[in-house]
Amino acid sequence: MRARVFVTLKPSVFDPQGTTVADALHTLGYPEVTDVRQGKYFELEIKAASADEARRIASEVSDKLLANPVIESYRIEVADQEEGGR
Amino acid sequence: MKFAVVVFPGSNCDHDAYYAAKHVLGQEAVFVWHKDARLGGADAVILPGGFAHGDYLRTGAIARFSPVMAEVQAFAAAGGPVVGICNGFQVLLEVGLLPGAMLRNRSLKFQCEHVYTRVEQTDTPLTLACQAGQVLHLPIAHGDGNYYAEPDVLAQLERNRQVVFRYATRDGQVTDVANPNGSANNIAGLCSEARNVVGLMPHPERACELAVGSADGLALFESVVKSVAGLRTVA
Amino acid sequence: MTDWAVIERHGLTRDEYARIVSALGRDPRPTELGIFSVMWSEHCSYKSSRVHLKTLPTTGRLVLQGPGENAGAIDIGDGLAAVFKIESHNHPSFIEPYQGAATGVGGIIRDIFTMGARPIALLNSLRFGPLDDPQVRRVFAGVVAGIAGYGNSMGIPTVGGEVNIDETYAGNPLVNVFCLGIARTEEIVLAAASGAGNPVYYVGAKTGRDGIHGATMASTEFDDRSAEKRPAVQVGDPFMEKLLLEACLEVIATDTLVGIQDMGAAGLTCSTSEMGSRGAAGIQIDVALVPQREDGMTPYEIMLSESQERMLLVVKRGREAEVERIFGKWDLHAVRIGEVTTDGRMRVLSDGEVVADIPNRALTDDAPLYNRPIAEPAYLRDAQALSFAGMAAATPSEAFRQLLAAPSIASKHWVYRQYDHMVRTNTLVFPGMGAAVVRVKGTARALAMSVDGNARFVYLDPRAGTQLAVAEAARNVACTGAVPVGATNCLNFGNPERPEIMWQFAKAVEGIGVACRALDIPITGGNVSLYNETDGQAILPTPVIGVVGVLDQADRVLGRVFRSEGDVIVLLGEGHGELGGSEYLKTAHGAVLGRPPVLVLERERALQRLLVEAAAARVTRSAHDCAEGGLAITLAECCFDAGIGAEVSVPLSAGATPAAFADLATLFGESASRVIVSTAPARAQDLVRMAAAANVPAQLIGRTGGDRIRIVVEGRTLIDESLDEAEQVWSTAIEKYFVRPRAIA
Repeated sequence: MRARVFVTLKPSVFDPQGTTVADALHTLGYPEVTDVRQGKYFELEIKAASADEARRIASEVSDKLLANPVIESYRIEVADQEEGGR
Repeated sequence: MKFAVVVFPGSNCDHDAYYAAKHVLGQEAVFVWHKDARLGGADAVILPGGFAHGDYLRTGAIARFSPVMAEVQAFAAAGGPVVGICNGFQVLLEVGLLPGAMLRNRSLKFQCEHVYTRVEQTDTPLTLACQAGQVLHLPIAHGDGNYYAEPDVLAQLERNRQVVFRYATRDGQVTDVANPNGSANNIAGLCSEARNVVGLMPHPERACELAVGSADGLALFESVVKSVAGLRTVA
Repeated sequence: MTDWAVIERHGLTRDEYARIVSALGRDPRPTELGIFSVMWSEHCSYKSSRVHLKTLPTTGRLVLQGPGENAGAIDIGDGLAAVFKIESHNHPSFIEPYQGAATGVGGIIRDIFTMGARPIALLNSLRFGPLDDPQVRRVFAGVVAGIAGYGNSMGIPTVGGEVNIDETYAGNPLVNVFCLGIARTEEIVLAAASGAGNPVYYVGAKTGRDGIHGATMASTEFDDRSAEKRPAVQVGDPFMEKLLLEACLEVIATDTLVGIQDMGAAGLTCSTSEMGSRGAAGIQIDVALVPQREDGMTPYEIMLSESQERMLLVVKRGREAEVERIFGKWDLHAVRIGEVTTDGRMRVLSDGEVVADIPNRALTDDAPLYNRPIAEPAYLRDAQALSFAGMAAATPSEAFRQLLAAPSIASKHWVYRQYDHMVRTNTLVFPGMGAAVVRVKGTARALAMSVDGNARFVYLDPRAGTQLAVAEAARNVACTGAVPVGATNCLNFGNPERPEIMWQFAKAVEGIGVACRALDIPITGGNVSLYNETDGQAILPTPVIGVVGVLDQADRVLGRVFRSEGDVIVLLGEGHGELGGSEYLKTAHGAVLGRPPVLVLERERALQRLLVEAAAARVTRSAHDCAEGGLAITLAECCFDAGIGAEVSVPLSAGATPAAFADLATLFGESASRVIVSTAPARAQDLVRMAAAANVPAQLIGRTGGDRIRIVVEGRTLIDESLDEAEQVWSTAIEKYFVRPRAIA
């Protein structure tokens, strides 16, 4: 099973990296991109009997390690087969 | 007294902390490998600077799970002095011995330079030998020293006098220009509610001899010695 | 049927192919072709340069290890050795600046600890195109960030270096990294395999498809997915290397190893054949045993992979368990992949089947050796003829400001602030304050080191220019009070198949030899980087010299800045108003013309000895050598970061320069063998006496103090600037390109 974990900074936390990326995009000619928040993306290969179990495990490891609850929140997507293309 | 310097894979400033404690201060010092479950009868524990586990994922995020950390937490719970320097501070934050988290410096760059730090509280093991308001010339060297805590946590820290060091100007003014990394409230170091666990981003072990740029860090190490002597007298 | 297209794709000539067939007694197998192609590449074999490098002085009383090993070693007393070398990672840094620079740092660090030395200092010499080009800025920022990222993570301080700008580097940036470590002399380990049956171990990161460029046998493998399979760029893992460093030093301190080498360029191939060659033995390995990061890797790929952070060890038979235990402690896999043999051959098996069987000598000692044709370049005569006709002389004040803002001269604070230059608490002289100086704990000594190389001088006269480079690096070291004891060189040039470039190279090597012999500084090793050119436009010939010196009393160390108001300023050496190849000519007139300054090596030697003596006697309080920008800029630099101004008065020293440029020549001429020192008023006469005894010209030219920089020439005040304003220009020049002013919250 593959679980995808998207970790993002909480809205209240200042994101200097995201701001820098947004500024760079403006310089490149994309004023319509008004904001950028930078986060992390993890792909977990999990041996689990069901998508629910995989989700539970992904959630646990996200709480324990992948996300820092003081500054980050996360969401999880689970697929049980590889999606087409890379 | 005996200092225990914890060594994680990727710690770099362990040697510097050991050298300061043993060769400059003349105290006993031992290295404690992260897989050890014992602190070897230490009177004070130092979590040194460096890049534990390469700072991968987040600074200090993986080190907090090392076997030795259970022992460090027990030591802290029993009132023992624990000092987290730079990466060590980050480990203390991740493990929850201190509140808040570190973000990337607002410059987005690693910064190595001497800064001025004002001592805010003198009733911690790291500042017992200092004066309130004393300004110390200490080096920083970090990419993730921008301290963050939610507003209510910050307010509580201030109320409880848990902010131990603040970035300041040479004459002790706490200004934004004096803030090298964007830290909330110019916070350079904090202590726990029980006040025996202290974390700071500046490196006192790099400021124990004038030859290397400043000797203002000595007072912090001397504070630990004084604090331990005090504990012994009480015990 | 010989497929010449494939052979050409492997970078081999028909001649070279014939030699391979002759060495093997048959046509090479595919994996063997790959192995020869990397071992006989310029980068690994030095085929164009060996014949010239052989002429360099590489021996001396203090030399413990000269060229031929992973790094050189010099005896520094107290049973200790300084192990150091400089290396380039130029082409990768253009492709991927961060990782190119980072892996360059990783590579040189491994070269040091593989000898059993703990790395304690890093320096770098960086060359870029003009900073108004956003592409150049991207490369610059990426390179600096990469060096910082890797070095900081390893906990090795980057304590100094240089940054220079020229148009010729725009498409060919140069990233030369120097590393120095300390070892106990009796613990230095070499990279030689010996002892039949001794096991060969692989340690470190798993092998992937990193860095396998272009050449490949199985063209049928190429399809859309292949490009994705083969990353052109190696990604560094400094955490892995830190573990490797600690574990290797621990293992080396035991008695369990015969030899150890890092896997750098040409990965497993190079380390296996070189270790076998040096030990006059053979090595047999089975690639099926090599830890792999990807599926389906062929023996060819495994042998040619340049995955980072890997070491090859030859262990004493019977001691394997100890070695495995130490690596296990650091969570590293140490895997036995083969053994030492006695037949002098490199034999590679794949699951027991032979895929390569080559005499070691063919890959190393008997690799092609070329004495390429040389011819004086067409540009030379014209370039050496400096005529000021048609040039409008700038005013001294204008020129002063222009030069302070020139990126090659301006403060590099923006750069070195990103480097942890204090870790290990040994740094006595910080970046930007002169040659770097680090103390050697456990002794009273310190080591000074500097990397220098004025490429314009080399362009205008390679033989003279490199002598100046050696002299400058050694002089910088002597300014701190340290005695220069050894050197390493990184020779960055264009395409050696062009006779003009080869001429530059040959003459440059000659010049290094002349200066090193005169100054008694042996070359202990180094690196050559050729083919630094784009569309037929080569870089300025850029030899970078790294000199290491020993300061017996660390507390006598001197830096570049003035220490107090009221000190006496003394100019050691003499100016001759030489503007040839100067920063002034380049910055104000866009010209690289004339002849480099004259260097009299006996005078340089006397000057350096005097600097060391004066520092030891505590007669001098600061010392700074005159380089780019000449006297005026050097004086200003002595004031910067000190908050102390200066006022000096000097005679006109215009040499042969026409009257209109005489003042500029006096102020900004770059005559050699000159240093500005300061002394306490009570010691000034002592210095004058010492200088006279040493036959070094010494003039008392003024005093430190005040808040201005004032230079008077023959009674006329030519420079009179506010110290703060001048420092502002100097300190913000580079920063301006990268930092937007932040609105204060």
